[in-house]
Amino acid sequence: MSAITTEHDDHAHDHKPSGIKRWLFTTNHKDIGSMYLIFALVMFFLGGSMAMVIRLELFQPGMQFVEPHFFNQMTTVHGLIMVFGAVMPAFTGLANWMIPMMIGAPDMALPRMNNWSFWILPFAFLILLLSLFMPGGGPSFGWTFYAPLSTTYSGDSTALFVFSVHIMGISSIMGAINVIVTIWNLRAPGMTWMKMPLFVWTWFITAFLLIMVMPVLAGAVTMVLTDKYFGTSFFDAAGGGDPVLFQHIFWFFGHPEVYIMILPAFGIISAIIPTFARKPLFGYASMVYATASIAILSFLVWAHHMFTTGMPVFATLFFMYCTMLIAVPTGVKVFNWVATMWRGAMTFEVPMMFALAFIVLFTIGGFSGLMLAITPADFQYHDTYFVVAHFHYVLVTGAVFSIIAAAYYWLPKWTGYMYDERLGQLHFWCSLISVNMLFFPMHFVGLAGMPRRIPDYALQFADFNAFISIGGFLFGLSQLIFVWVLVKCARGGVPATAQVWEGAEGLEWEVPSPAPYHTFETPPVIK
Amino acid sequence: MQLHRTLVSKLLLVVLLMFGFGFALVPLYDVFCDITGINGKPSATPATVLADNIDTSREVTIEFLARPNKDMPWIFKPEIRRLTVHPGEIYVMNYIAENPTSRMIVGQAVPSVSPGQAALYLHKIECFCFTQQQLAGGNNMLMPVQFYVDPALPAQFSTITLNYTLYDVTASWQPDTATAKSGE
Repeated sequence: MSAITTEHDDHAHDHKPSGIKRWLFTTNHKDIGSMYLIFALVMFFLGGSMAMVIRLELFQPGMQFVEPHFFNQMTTVHGLIMVFGAVMPAFTGLANWMIPMMIGAPDMALPRMNNWSFWILPFAFLILLLSLFMPGGGPSFGWTFYAPLSTTYSGDSTALFVFSVHIMGISSIMGAINVIVTIWNLRAPGMTWMKMPLFVWTWFITAFLLIMVMPVLAGAVTMVLTDKYFGTSFFDAAGGGDPVLFQHIFWFFGHPEVYIMILPAFGIISAIIPTFARKPLFGYASMVYATASIAILSFLVWAHHMFTTGMPVFATLFFMYCTMLIAVPTGVKVFNWVATMWRGAMTFEVPMMFALAFIVLFTIGGFSGLMLAITPADFQYHDTYFVVAHFHYVLVTGAVFSIIAAAYYWLPKWTGYMYDERLGQLHFWCSLISVNMLFFPMHFVGLAGMPRRIPDYALQFADFNAFISIGGFLFGLSQLIFVWVLVKCARGGVPATAQVWEGAEGLEWEVPSPAPYHTFETPPVIK
Repeated sequence: MQLHRTLVSKLLLVVLLMFGFGFALVPLYDVFCDITGINGKPSATPATVLADNIDTSREVTIEFLARPNKDMPWIFKPEIRRLTVHPGEIYVMNYIAENPTSRMIVGQAVPSVSPGQAALYLHKIECFCFTQQQLAGGNNMLMPVQFYVDPALPAQFSTITLNYTLYDVTASWQPDTATAKSGE
């Protein structure tokens, strides 16, 4: 996926150091974007291998392969890696690569900071992963690190966990500031706000969510750190604190965070569907407003994660209705995508297949979210596999599928070669079938009462769990096809044209494929 | 570059403010809970205003629970489990504490009321939970709580549970500032 220079001009800054120095010191948005994407892919496989350990243990009831304490470390670190190491860096990588090209900017606005925000990330995850090898093991309190699990009952790896989350947060905040400044200041003349591609719009709004909630997460982990090591009592009732307060602070970050992981996906799908339906996006303005509405509402729904903590009826009703309200702008989006395809001249290349799967499967995840939003019903669903099914539908078949779709969609622009369509289709169908084998039965075991975050379960869930595990292994293996496609495409293939896709529109399709190391050094003319 | 600098400083200000907001949630949460009483946290200060009438037509059951924290070696229990009261009338109820160890231990009781919304209506005039309690090894004592139920208690509450969790705070105890009493 590396950017290859095809142009050579006389500017001094065009000189690229060779070897490792090029990557260590690069300030080029395409290099940094590639590094983010490769990093996210590595983390995706690392987090995925932990999911394989989880599914292996759950293949049969009883304890077979791992200790419960290690199992808990796997669920915790799997969650942390997938959220902060795979999905978020992948979106940041796509933003780095595509936003400057989409708005006609020569690079990101703050290239040196861009270099920093990437290069601190591997260290954050190195710290987190090394903590697994400490005496007493790594973090095992779930990715949500609820107090008192993370304060009173956690091991000494908690300090490492806190510092790694701090570094991840700083990286995301710097990345988000860069995106906002780039979009605000570096749009080419004539690229007005309402002409920006939706991927740019959704990322712009996501970046605001990031700078508003990542500091709150930093505050939460700091409080956990001082509660554990420095005698404060933010979450300790003995000192006048309250463990429920932790959940409020965490979910004040946590709920906007889930939109951070899905809004850029909406942008990607809004780019892909019009291309392969060969029609302009239906309801562009309503898409922008819907995205902004979702972002604002995301700050008003955090307590729907905490219905069972005991809230007054008025508060549960408020959070329930606000949560359900989010279905309205989301419904607008799904409607617009379907309306875009209506009577379009559609073709079904791999990016389109993943985008279509996204629409259907993300909507399933949205519906189970609506079920969870109903307070009285939530008392039954809370902390069961139904919740696991819900957030994996929105995050795997939602966020991850959109990232895969984006990779296929822009891969020819990045490498200059078309990917292998036959292998890509194989990857799609294997992923689609296995991902549903993996996550769909989780709805059933969850409704039947199987709790999440347990290494063992009651016998009546055995058959479903064996089936789920097989789905899990197949989904994991299917992603190896993806790597094969990526490597094959980076090495060569049918040369791609500048436009790549017949129906593609936008500035990124006006530069040659592969995109030159420097693009739009003179601003393009926007029609 | 100047254009970038202005915007970056504004965005950094947002980041700083939000970091502060995370910590501001701590007092905000306490204030919010004090006003609404939603997390069952009763007031930590003595009630000064007494009820002007006693509602003898109404009976409310108060259940008493006591629980030493897992690191607290004291034996800690209420003298009686249940008391039927008239709203407005003042009652005194004793908790029994015994220190079975051979060293002095300082305890702090943290109250919690269930259902949470009733916390606003349970007024304590005097309570052992307002101060830290010290108890020499092998001794025991009675710890009183003087309270009344507000006659304004909404009709849907007929039973209120008052729970105390007792924590060992010997490590952070300072003899000069603590106004603890020995056994009575």
